[in-house]
Amino acid sequence: MFSHLAILQVVVPLMGAPACFMLGKARLTWLMSLLISVVTCAISIGLLLQVYQQGPISYALGGWQAPWGIEYRIDIINAYMLLIVSAMGALVLLAAKDTALTDIDEHRRPLFYVAYLLCLAGLLGIAATGDAFNVFVFLEISSLSMYCLIALNKDRRALWAAFRYLIVGTIGATFILIGIGYLYMMTGTLNMQDLAQRLPAIADNNAVISAYAFIMVGVGLKLALFPLHYWLPNAYTHAPNLVTAFLAATATKVAVYLVIRFNFFVFSPSWADFIQLGNHVLLILGSVAVLWASWIAIRQTDIKRLLAYSSVAQIGYMVMGIGMSSLLSLQASLLHLFNHALMKGGLFLVLATIALRLGSVDTSQLRGLAQRMPLTFWAFVIGGLSLIGMPATAGFISKWYLVQAAIEQQSWLLVAVVLAGSALAAIYVWKVVEVFWFTDKNTASNTRHLSQPQVPVTMSIAMWLLIIANVYFGIDTRLPVTLSEMGAQLLSGAS
Amino acid sequence: MSLMSGLFNYWAVAALLLIGLGIVVWQGNLIKKLVGLSIFQTAVFIFYISVGKVAGGTAPILDDSYSQYSNPLPHVLILTAIVVGIATTALALALVIRIKASYGSVEESDINGQDK
Amino acid sequence: MLIVVACFIARSKDLMVTVILFSIYGLLCASFFMLMDAVDVAFTEAAVGAGISPLLMLITLASVGRFQQAGRYPVVLIGFIGAVLGGLLVWATLGMPMFGDALAPVHQHVAPRYIEESGVEVGVPNIVTSVLASYRAFDTLGEVVVIFTAGVGVLSLLGGGSYQKRFLIDRIIDREEHKILRVVSKILIPPILLFALYVQFHGDYGPGGGFQAGVIFAAGVVLYTLFFGLKVVQQVISEMSVRVLAALGVLLYGCVGLVSLLKGHNYLDYYALAANPKTGQHLGILVIELGVGITVASVMILFFYTFARNFGGRGAVS
Repeated sequence: MFSHLAILQVVVPLMGAPACFMLGKARLTWLMSLLISVVTCAISIGLLLQVYQQGPISYALGGWQAPWGIEYRIDIINAYMLLIVSAMGALVLLAAKDTALTDIDEHRRPLFYVAYLLCLAGLLGIAATGDAFNVFVFLEISSLSMYCLIALNKDRRALWAAFRYLIVGTIGATFILIGIGYLYMMTGTLNMQDLAQRLPAIADNNAVISAYAFIMVGVGLKLALFPLHYWLPNAYTHAPNLVTAFLAATATKVAVYLVIRFNFFVFSPSWADFIQLGNHVLLILGSVAVLWASWIAIRQTDIKRLLAYSSVAQIGYMVMGIGMSSLLSLQASLLHLFNHALMKGGLFLVLATIALRLGSVDTSQLRGLAQRMPLTFWAFVIGGLSLIGMPATAGFISKWYLVQAAIEQQSWLLVAVVLAGSALAAIYVWKVVEVFWFTDKNTASNTRHLSQPQVPVTMSIAMWLLIIANVYFGIDTRLPVTLSEMGAQLLSGAS
Repeated sequence: MSLMSGLFNYWAVAALLLIGLGIVVWQGNLIKKLVGLSIFQTAVFIFYISVGKVAGGTAPILDDSYSQYSNPLPHVLILTAIVVGIATTALALALVIRIKASYGSVEESDINGQDK
Repeated sequence: MLIVVACFIARSKDLMVTVILFSIYGLLCASFFMLMDAVDVAFTEAAVGAGISPLLMLITLASVGRFQQAGRYPVVLIGFIGAVLGGLLVWATLGMPMFGDALAPVHQHVAPRYIEESGVEVGVPNIVTSVLASYRAFDTLGEVVVIFTAGVGVLSLLGGGSYQKRFLIDRIIDREEHKILRVVSKILIPPILLFALYVQFHGDYGPGGGFQAGVIFAAGVVLYTLFFGLKVVQQVISEMSVRVLAALGVLLYGCVGLVSLLKGHNYLDYYALAANPKTGQHLGILVIELGVGITVASVMILFFYTFARNFGGRGAVS
């Protein structure tokens, strides 16, 4: 059975979803889907160990050898991504007990879990496959389920946000489809490894260059890369709280993975000038995203929207690392993938907890929160420190590597961008903490304890696991650093 | 074969893509946007199928009387893509119905105006 | 031709006209695919582009109104993006091989094996079916899951809530003058359903397969609904059973893969299913196509049920 882990990774949640669909009861569905996601997570750990010890796994689906059949190819980067996505999927689902889903209508809750599993399966499928068209299919599974997860919120603005995301997402996916079509037309193959071998010979062809452009724009739309990010703040703000936590921790990470996969594996800077050009563009866009989105975040009053803009900025860091395309910077990107999943997952879970207790995350409600929910408050502070990049938190490690990479290239401007981004992050995190800390006389008097649904224990556990992970991986950095180093070496070996 | 006739299909695809995308961006009506989106997607389907055509070939169903077949792989890919397309359209239309029910309008400008 | 229709769509102000033109557009696309030798695709596009998709749009129109306002947008920016995109698209074509060129790389690398070997390896005359259901079966599983996801999505948006005692669509249908239509449809529907089964099981030899069959079957049910009302049909095929079937179809497909796993082969390796390789392939393709057909038909019917329930803009929306 161990030789089949690669496919089970995706098939378990994929088959679990229709099985859960037939259960009907929310509580039962939650338990079932939680079980499935935990199994999925266990598989990803097994897979990682396997790849770590024995090198890349190639799994021929249907027994047909690539390039005729579809191949699952798990190297260290895939395994690392699968671990991040499935671990986050399991943790957020742990928090998403049916009573925690207060912003979703009761009769829609069972479907939440089904859509959640489908989304998880789609994201894992993208991260596991070695076939370009298969990427498109699983991208659509994850996207469609994402649209309906967002639209599940009772708030009508969620519908509009979901619709706009649907339009943008479909255009993005179709761009990717055009790009894949061009590549297929020029090479006759869809397998990524096969493509990587055949493309250098026709590197100067117009169609190949256009294919690169289309795929990058398409993935950029999914990634919410500045200036293609307009859908993200709305989608994150209006989605149900736990959905936001899940999306922030996984969806954009998988898009970053796709950029890496196409930029350094299918295409490679070593054989084509236009990819170097593309990397420069990524570097510029990433830097602008860091500064601009952080600046916008400071001006937000809605905390969810503030964190959403902060996500756009953090994606900027990852893209910067890709753009610099050195060994160290790629490692920084991969590290930041991991760390950002921890901090944003943690922070959005904190927000979800608060929303559950207080019924909303309106700024007026949150004043004086530090007295009423001191533990939750400190959880937010720790997550926020990690977001800023304070030493002894996970966020520090990835920024440290990024700054080192910039110094290595003697690029003081980039160093300044990273530091300025951290300073801006400090301002917006402080803004929230200030709201929590200082009591407003008006609201302090009418501190309502009327509708206070109990926060499920599982939710607190999930939240604290993520918050503690932020500290733990800031001190004991062996796991992510080793893995990301292997990943970066693999990428620069390929290029 | 001249440049004109040799690439005509691909140029037609480019035109359809632009028209489709234009409708999506230009029109404020949500259903119109979806029609545009479908045209945009169909244009890509036409591209794939054109790629698969072999001059003098026939439909890829094995038969002793033919030896030249068109490429079956693009057909398979596009079958999948068509299904994805209808799935997206259906989901989007369901969203439109809900939007109409809660906003009372399916015009982009109205909806944006209401939440400001 | 397609471009002309697309232009008309862009210009038309009446949404009803738009949708009808869109249906024509779908039909034209299907004819084009036919010319390009893509019979399976043509079949599907005819069913989807000219059938299901405009139908769903029409039902939506019925609840949201058919006239639209004119939009005003920053012309310069959009024009600029359009010009860049168009330029890129045309520029890309200059590097492409000529249309129909049999020596183009696309026909050289992977495809010849499908054409030359699939008759022996898979043993099914329709190469599209053997690629779809065997070589790239996992993509097809993904496709079924996409449809299932859309079903879940539509259900989560429009499902549940209060049921109307009498569906509006039934009230419209109840008029007496439809008698002739009813008789005609009674004659038509059994052949449609039979044809669906034929397409389902004949996909190995001619164009067709699970997806097309599912759509046709759903079309039969939809036709029945249009003439006899939602209530009558739901007594025969209840919404609950459609839901269960939608999930079962996906599970059926996935379980074929699991059976291969248990027999020690790779996922979806049909050689594991029987001692004789060709029998194994046949059996595998048959079962998964059935899974596809069941899910597609159920989800399409589910779409129709949920959309029709919201007919008139009221109903289950909470």
